[in-house]
Amino acid sequence: MNEGENRMKLSSAVFAVTFVLALTAWFILGPLSSSMAAEQAPGRTMAQQATKDAELWITTDHSKHEVLQQTFTSGPQVTRACVSCHSEAETQFHKTIHWTWKAGENEKGVQMGKAAYSLNNFCISANKDQDKGCYSCHPGWGSKTEATNCLVCHGKKEIKWEESFEDYNAFLEESEEDPDLKELADEIQSEIQAAVQAVTRPTRQNCGSCHFYGGGGDGVKHGDLDSSMTNPNKALDVHMGLDGQNFDCVRCHTTELHNISGRIYTAPAYTHRKSLIEDDLTSKITCESCHSSTPHQPGSKANDHTDKVACQSCHIPTFARVNPTKMSWDWSTSGKTKDGKPYKNMGAYGKHDYLTIKGSMKWEKNLIPEYFWFNGSIQSLTAADTIDPSGTVALSYPLGDMHDKNSRIFPFKVHRGVQPYDKINKTLLTPLLSGPNGYWKHLDWQKGLALGAKSLDLPFSGEFDFVKTTYVYPTTHMVAPKDNVVACTECHIRGESRMANLAGFYMPGRDHWALLDGLGWIMVLGALAGVTLHGLGRIFTKKGNGGKKGGE
Amino acid sequence: MEGNLNNIYLYTRYERFWHWLQMVFIGILLVTGFEVHGLFTWLGFETAVTVHNTVGLSWLIAFAFFVFWMFTTGEWKQYVPTTKKMLSVIRYYSWGIFQGETHPFPKRKEAKHNPLQRLVYLSLAAFLLPFQMITGLLYWGYNQWPAWGLDFLSLKWIGILHMFGAINILTFIVMHVYMTTTGHSLSAHVKAMITGWEGVEEGVKIESWEKAERS
Repeated sequence: MNEGENRMKLSSAVFAVTFVLALTAWFILGPLSSSMAAEQAPGRTMAQQATKDAELWITTDHSKHEVLQQTFTSGPQVTRACVSCHSEAETQFHKTIHWTWKAGENEKGVQMGKAAYSLNNFCISANKDQDKGCYSCHPGWGSKTEATNCLVCHGKKEIKWEESFEDYNAFLEESEEDPDLKELADEIQSEIQAAVQAVTRPTRQNCGSCHFYGGGGDGVKHGDLDSSMTNPNKALDVHMGLDGQNFDCVRCHTTELHNISGRIYTAPAYTHRKSLIEDDLTSKITCESCHSSTPHQPGSKANDHTDKVACQSCHIPTFARVNPTKMSWDWSTSGKTKDGKPYKNMGAYGKHDYLTIKGSMKWEKNLIPEYFWFNGSIQSLTAADTIDPSGTVALSYPLGDMHDKNSRIFPFKVHRGVQPYDKINKTLLTPLLSGPNGYWKHLDWQKGLALGAKSLDLPFSGEFDFVKTTYVYPTTHMVAPKDNVVACTECHIRGESRMANLAGFYMPGRDHWALLDGLGWIMVLGALAGVTLHGLGRIFTKKGNGGKKGGE
Repeated sequence: MEGNLNNIYLYTRYERFWHWLQMVFIGILLVTGFEVHGLFTWLGFETAVTVHNTVGLSWLIAFAFFVFWMFTTGEWKQYVPTTKKMLSVIRYYSWGIFQGETHPFPKRKEAKHNPLQRLVYLSLAAFLLPFQMITGLLYWGYNQWPAWGLDFLSLKWIGILHMFGAINILTFIVMHVYMTTTGHSLSAHVKAMITGWEGVEEGVKIESWEKAERS
């Protein structure tokens, strides 16, 4: 070898070594740098900063206010005491949906809301306030609407107000004859006063006293809200968990003039996705508010998903993780009796799967949500809408589609029902259930349905049948710790993908073009067969490597 | 087998290094790519995606070095397609090889590839591999499409094209690996790609300047 050749070999060796070193550095430092960059995801750090100092200071001790030390004999008297200082509170509150149960008109001019024409596939309708059973969740005193019971949301102590006032007044009256009863009356009064003076900002307990029990029982309606959320652990909900952030509902459901942020029927919970960095006065109702829209480690593929996939889709792997939730309700089987009497049958999870007054129902736990494109609005039918009873009727369904940049793939609980409809008018029917004339009393559909239609001033032909319906709840609570997220392959997989029902786009791992794959493998196998035959030919002619060069 | 082979230094160190590096890259890309495509589970989807992306981008960068090498060394001339002797090469592989004929186009330093190889390697290096890199890069950059002004693209079609490329590459590999066995011994061509030295039958004229200039 001459000198020039040596020099060239040397320089090419140096080049190769440098190249290999650079590649090694790229392979090792690439993944390492992102894991070293921050110990936790930036979105988490941001959220922690946005919500630190959650301990708010207060300037008043309600037990020291004389007006709250008076003798209370009725609910409205308590309200008057509250508004003697908080002069505008009740006026504000009376304009909110929590009081009116009305959600404005839909695009057809039909009034929405529990106190209007909205319906579901649970107890179907509140019959414009005529179904008094629903009023256990109205924030007045008992079923009356003359004054607000501020303490439903602001009371730290849970007491039975109606009963306490009744007992107090009765004992006081009777104590004129039996002085011993005065002591009992005083005891009740001091309980009432203690409850009146124990004022708080709304806690999970307050909101939960209605929202965990919607539909007439624990966990009936929402799959992600039930009594397990009063004192959840972090595994159930990272935000509200006692060993997590211990948030109250209002930490995210921020309020303005007693209007509490959140979705109201079709009205979305938010119209703009903004983080607190972009707008420090924005509501905290979205995940993005605190976590930003790219919360994961820089370079993480998860950040690339946030434009199409809602945070909830991955971070709430299942709902109803502790308590069961009702998944279906078939009204058509109601009315059966045993020995001429109504009965109940106990099913799984200690929940009834049949009640004479309600029909058949299914309870389930730890459920995988169904996924739909969702822009934040839910379209719902009203009792005034006509339906097509030949198929399943969607009483409510998420709005949004894959081409809308404000839509995301979002997880839902879908409650399936079978409920009465008018065969002639093609409308859903709204039976009156509770009360002396309600269906639950007499089990006569004709009567219950007629009274129900009358309560809403809607026609009823007298001919009815049952139709299958669906009703959706967005799943947004019960956010699991980061180790318990939905794995890539639960969606990016052939056949059993969580998103198998979402069509119209290509998802790696889930989708393939069978024709191409088929032809492709034929080509590869054809090549294999070809070279095998060629090789066999060479072996049999025994001339395959007969001193030839070239080729390859 | 028969006697006198002249060893010529056919493949430079960089060329050999590049060949085997690319083999490793393509091998990893095919396996992880098919896993992402949903054909089997091995590394797990997430790891497969990460490995595929990292190796894919590395390949892209390394390929730039190869292109640079091609043009600075003038090696690109080895890939200029020609129809001369093409038929005789095809005839050799489909007939002559079974008759014990010699290859109609012995390797030489300034003409390493026979006309068939020229065409195949040109298709590969100039079309199929860049095609695979471009579709792969687009696939990888899916989230940047609007920023790149490419929102008219469809992920479905990019996915299909990328898979199409992968199948073609796999088909090439099947043939390519088989063809390595057609040298003067089963492993002669593979050895040449490792050591750089290929035995060329005596009697083939190798110019003296050619020997001197090898590197």
